[in-house]
Amino acid sequence: MTLTASVEPHGDDNFSDVEGDSQTAVAGRSPMQLAVARFRADKLSMVSFAISVFIVLCAIAAPILVAVDVLNPNAFNRDLLSSTGTNPLGRFGGVSWDHPFGVEPGTGRDLLSRIMLAMTWSLGIALTGTLLTVIIGVVLGIVSGFSGGFIDATVGRFIDLTLSFPQTMMLLALSSPAVLLLRTDIAGLPGLGLLEDRDRASGLYVILILAAFGWPPVARVVRGQVLSIREREFIEAAKLMGASRRRLYFKEVLPNVWAPILVYVTLLVPAYISAEAAFSFLGVGIKPPTPTLGNILANSVNYTSADPTFFFLPGVLLALTVVVFNLVGDGARDALDPKTHR
Amino acid sequence: MTQADHTPEDFMTAEQARVLAPHAPSVNPTGAKPILQVENLRKYFPVKSSGLIRRTIGQVQAVDGVSFEVPAGGSLGLVGESGCGKSTTGRLITRLYEPTGGAIRFGDQDIAQTSARGLKPLRREIQMIFQDPYTSLNPRHTVGSIVGAPLQIHDIVPKDKVLPRVQELLEIVGLNPEHYNRYPHEFSGGQRQRIGIARALTLQPKLLVADEPVSALDVSIQAQVINLLQDLQKEFGIAFLFIAHDLAIVRHFCPEVAVMYLGKIVEIADRETLYNRPHHPYTQALLSAVPDVKQAAIGGRRERIRLTGDVPSPINPPSGCRFRTRCPLAQEICAKVEPPMLQVGPRHKVACHFAGEIGKHPEQPVTAKLLGVDDYGTAEPGATPSEIEQGPGFTDTWFDVNTRTVRHATPDQRS
Repeated sequence: MTLTASVEPHGDDNFSDVEGDSQTAVAGRSPMQLAVARFRADKLSMVSFAISVFIVLCAIAAPILVAVDVLNPNAFNRDLLSSTGTNPLGRFGGVSWDHPFGVEPGTGRDLLSRIMLAMTWSLGIALTGTLLTVIIGVVLGIVSGFSGGFIDATVGRFIDLTLSFPQTMMLLALSSPAVLLLRTDIAGLPGLGLLEDRDRASGLYVILILAAFGWPPVARVVRGQVLSIREREFIEAAKLMGASRRRLYFKEVLPNVWAPILVYVTLLVPAYISAEAAFSFLGVGIKPPTPTLGNILANSVNYTSADPTFFFLPGVLLALTVVVFNLVGDGARDALDPKTHR
Repeated sequence: MTQADHTPEDFMTAEQARVLAPHAPSVNPTGAKPILQVENLRKYFPVKSSGLIRRTIGQVQAVDGVSFEVPAGGSLGLVGESGCGKSTTGRLITRLYEPTGGAIRFGDQDIAQTSARGLKPLRREIQMIFQDPYTSLNPRHTVGSIVGAPLQIHDIVPKDKVLPRVQELLEIVGLNPEHYNRYPHEFSGGQRQRIGIARALTLQPKLLVADEPVSALDVSIQAQVINLLQDLQKEFGIAFLFIAHDLAIVRHFCPEVAVMYLGKIVEIADRETLYNRPHHPYTQALLSAVPDVKQAAIGGRRERIRLTGDVPSPINPPSGCRFRTRCPLAQEICAKVEPPMLQVGPRHKVACHFAGEIGKHPEQPVTAKLLGVDDYGTAEPGATPSEIEQGPGFTDTWFDVNTRTVRHATPDQRS
């Protein structure tokens, strides 16, 4: 806390020009810099941040590396498998310099390539889904909490409806027609050159489903916060200034609900990564040969005793991703909240 | 030179010494036109039943027909106990609440009738200082953006001029202009209240509604903030509607004071009259509750007027005079006829059937003849009630309660 100590206010209510010499120390440190400084002072947050940045960089790099032929997620290497054609030769699932994570049982595809590319699609889906969820949830939560009355009641009933909906049933039943529909709709969109139309459509479908059923808790949390914030006097002060509704919602209220939103995001990203895995397992999400953490794990369940490494590596990676995203969120909340002191 | 040679003043600049020195009580500018006239202002909050169909089952009569005026560049104090409607009155004038009825004339406009859109230009003229400096500043905004927000919303200053103006304002209220980058939580209560004052000043308002601006502060800080408000009033000619429950501060700050009870003004008078010769039993009780330092030094016990019972519910206020349930003077007429706001001095109005100085209350109601009723509040068949002026201001003729005659102002008493 040495960084913040230098700008601590003087405890008394004296007039400022007495403390003229402190002015040089105060100038030029913006609030954002202070938050960043607080974040950097926290070792655990910084380590988690470094790991999550590394994971995200891997996820971004994977498609590029595939394009330049460094990674080959789909090349079969049957010569690396045992004569029965299932288990990889060598220890730990066939770990070697060429294949640092070993190879996939049954096909001999490079596991590192597949996991890195799986990270791209899994993280992409989870992050996009989270973003969409939070936007819907925050906007509806703020509007309903702030307006109250009829709007609040309507949004409230809509939340009840969404939560009581048998979403898994709908998810499975609508899967193929929705994917077909999306496929024709997004046919014109530029792809990454790596995903087939079918994968893009089912990925989009998963994102939409996640957001459509994920927003109610966010909206509820935000609404609850807004109910207490809207009674504070600074909201009245803003109204007195003649602030527009938009300003009230997004400039006065929103910064005060960042902390719970951030907490929710850190829970949503890992939850969505595992939700996407579950969808893949049910055969709704992106299907093999395009890898996702979900379909790799689903596949590895068949080989748990024969080739534990194949199950272990994607599993550990999934857990690691979930943990570091949580920790980064925690650290960010502490840094952004000027009142939190450990 | 030793430390003892210095007086505290030696460590202060001349400016600080001036600001910290006790200020004289405020006086209203002579001959000022009223900047704000409030007439018969009412605010009823509906009470809804629980359940699916939320019927209105009653109304909280928070403010029920108050009239007063605030002179330009002057100040009016509004005092009363908790829940009497003084804060609601302030919020009606700033139109944070929609009035149920009545008029709020500001300049040539009636604020009570103005649409939400039409209010925006008015926001520049009327601003508010809030009670609690800990909730009135957005904890997520820097001081600079709090004070500068009105400039951006009203788009009156180009973007690059906002910061210099903010720093100028911070300097005016006695804060370090370099502190614009800090968050409210880095300041003490008094400093925060200064930030709130700077925000209210940003748009250069003509009227400030100060809703208990110092009651959340330490006593030593209260004096500083009151001094600051007095300086600002003098320098910028801002009119104040000063809402408070601290009678000593109101006495210092406000040349004219209105006393509220249960949504109504019971007495309104200039400072000297109200504090020395209050005519309403409620005002007298209120003043007798103020602790007196001199009395404490002598050690004697002062005669206190103890009011018994609770304040009645504003959902179902008593008939006639609202104070009658707790009033030591109450008689039959008080339950039957509501006492009108009667002008009893050059700048003194009181709403009581038995208005009079403490210990000299009349035996017979002073208002009976004027209202055309007998001493027990029953309408007299032949009597013609006289017209009693119920407007917000004072007139040059008044009813003397001692002689029961109408008197006229001498030239030097005319407002």
